[in-house]
Amino acid sequence: MSQAPLQRTGNLPDINQRNADWYIDKIVQYLVFLSGISAIVLIVGIFVFVTVEGLGFLLEDFSFKEFFLSQWWEPTDDDEPTYGILALIAGTASVTGLAMLVAIPFSLGSAIYIAEFATGKTREFLKILIELLAAVPSVVWGFIGLSIMNPLIIDIFDVPVGLNILNAGIILGLMAAPIMTSISEDALKAVPDRYREAAEALGGTRWQVIYKTVLPAAKNGLLGGVLLGVGRGFGETMAVLMATGHAINMPGSVFDSVRALTATIAAELGETAVGSPHYQALFTIGIFLFSITFIINLTADLIVRGIRKS
Amino acid sequence: MDTGIDVNTLQSEIESGAELAISTAALNLWYGSFQALFDVNLDIKKGRVTSLIGPSGCGKSTFLRSINRINERLGYVRINGSVDVFGNNIYAPEVELVQVRKQVGMVFQRPNPLPTSIRENILFGHKLHNRDRKYSRDDEDEIVESALQQVLLWDKVKDRLKRKATDLSLEEQQKLCIARLLPVKPRVLLMDEPCSALDPKGTAAVEELIWELRGKYSILIVTHNMAQARRASEECIFMLMGKVVEHTVTADMFVTPAHQETADYIEGRYG
Repeated sequence: MSQAPLQRTGNLPDINQRNADWYIDKIVQYLVFLSGISAIVLIVGIFVFVTVEGLGFLLEDFSFKEFFLSQWWEPTDDDEPTYGILALIAGTASVTGLAMLVAIPFSLGSAIYIAEFATGKTREFLKILIELLAAVPSVVWGFIGLSIMNPLIIDIFDVPVGLNILNAGIILGLMAAPIMTSISEDALKAVPDRYREAAEALGGTRWQVIYKTVLPAAKNGLLGGVLLGVGRGFGETMAVLMATGHAINMPGSVFDSVRALTATIAAELGETAVGSPHYQALFTIGIFLFSITFIINLTADLIVRGIRKS
Repeated sequence: MDTGIDVNTLQSEIESGAELAISTAALNLWYGSFQALFDVNLDIKKGRVTSLIGPSGCGKSTFLRSINRINERLGYVRINGSVDVFGNNIYAPEVELVQVRKQVGMVFQRPNPLPTSIRENILFGHKLHNRDRKYSRDDEDEIVESALQQVLLWDKVKDRLKRKATDLSLEEQQKLCIARLLPVKPRVLLMDEPCSALDPKGTAAVEELIWELRGKYSILIVTHNMAQARRASEECIFMLMGKVVEHTVTADMFVTPAHQETADYIEGRYG
């Protein structure tokens, strides 16, 4: 094969002309890149900020044993302030746990209905409604807990206070249900239709097809949805603050008032001196919360991603 | 209850000399407002392999899918006329869909094993239809082995029954999909282009299997591949635009087609 001599100067006159479009394209690329990495910048920034603010406490007054194992959260005690978050963890955990008991059947049921039974307009309508429900501000939910659930619980169960785990658990469960429904519905929709067809052709009824084929095939996505709900429960502040009664308590029953980690930060941060041990202790709670929700959300995300790939 | 029907079919069997597996009368089918089948009258004999050929959209798959009523999944399908499977009209109001699916098994175009183990796939239909009886593990093992033996898959997979069925090759998956029908003891097997996702080797293997199963089951197979219809079926039905054009012994269809449309299609002038 004969090789033609390499031509260094072409005959096309404008081959190296750049016009405005080229510059706009470059600028847009950079802008979009910046927006894209802003999520990373922000999350790292927040983590650094929270850590730095809480660092003083972590280095000086922090005692692992007291912090995690003492149920006495008395940062304002003049003589001997104690910083034990066990009761707060118990509060958050009990409320979130109850919320999941409420939210899982609710969200799974509605996800199955929307994905497997509803058709056409009903389906679209329901999906929009669920998304609207997810957008209800948490203070509104808190208000419902305070003014509707509270007297209702007092009436029905004949207890002195209606602001307790039961109240907050139900409210939080209803709050977490929409997002869990959306994720679960996605997971069910991701199950290939040929599985349903196969199971139905083998003689499965609607429910058998769902129970024996669709749910097992979607189990990772459903688990991801539940974990996101748990993450939501841990991180929720306002509704929990309003509905739990905000009393530090090791809960013994669902009718006990409790206090959540998040609500503690929200309620106390404004009243502490910046840089004081109390202030720093609250930030340490922040670090703890941040780590937990980060782990939960990351796990959920990895699980959900896992099924998308396969 | 339906003794009357049985006597009638018995009579017609005696008259025609062969028992009919499937018999349709004036079957019309609409998807919404689109009519896909027009007055289909077909008698498909017991124990034979019957192939359905015709160009895309001619209604052959639709016809196949109306014999186990899997069409109804779509929700906007309307049907009139009757489809008798061994003398029972499966569109009669008192008919239980689950029983229809038990008698009429189906193999799909794309192998669709369930995302569980090979063993669970084989036992899936069996368990659905035998809920009131308890089977021991040994019984189940036997069922699995016998089903896989019949589709000539046992030797290949006997050591990995716990493995996911979706990890098998397409050919093996399709054989598995046939195998899992057998424990339910269907009388009719419907196959919707069962080889179209397979390579030539897989196609040959599945065709051979179909040929093996002939006699024990009445098999109705839709195919795009005329050579396959010719090789692997005893009777052949040619459909066009939702109507049946011709139904004869396969050898005759390909040698002396009675209709011009059939001849043109077979020769590849269209379709």
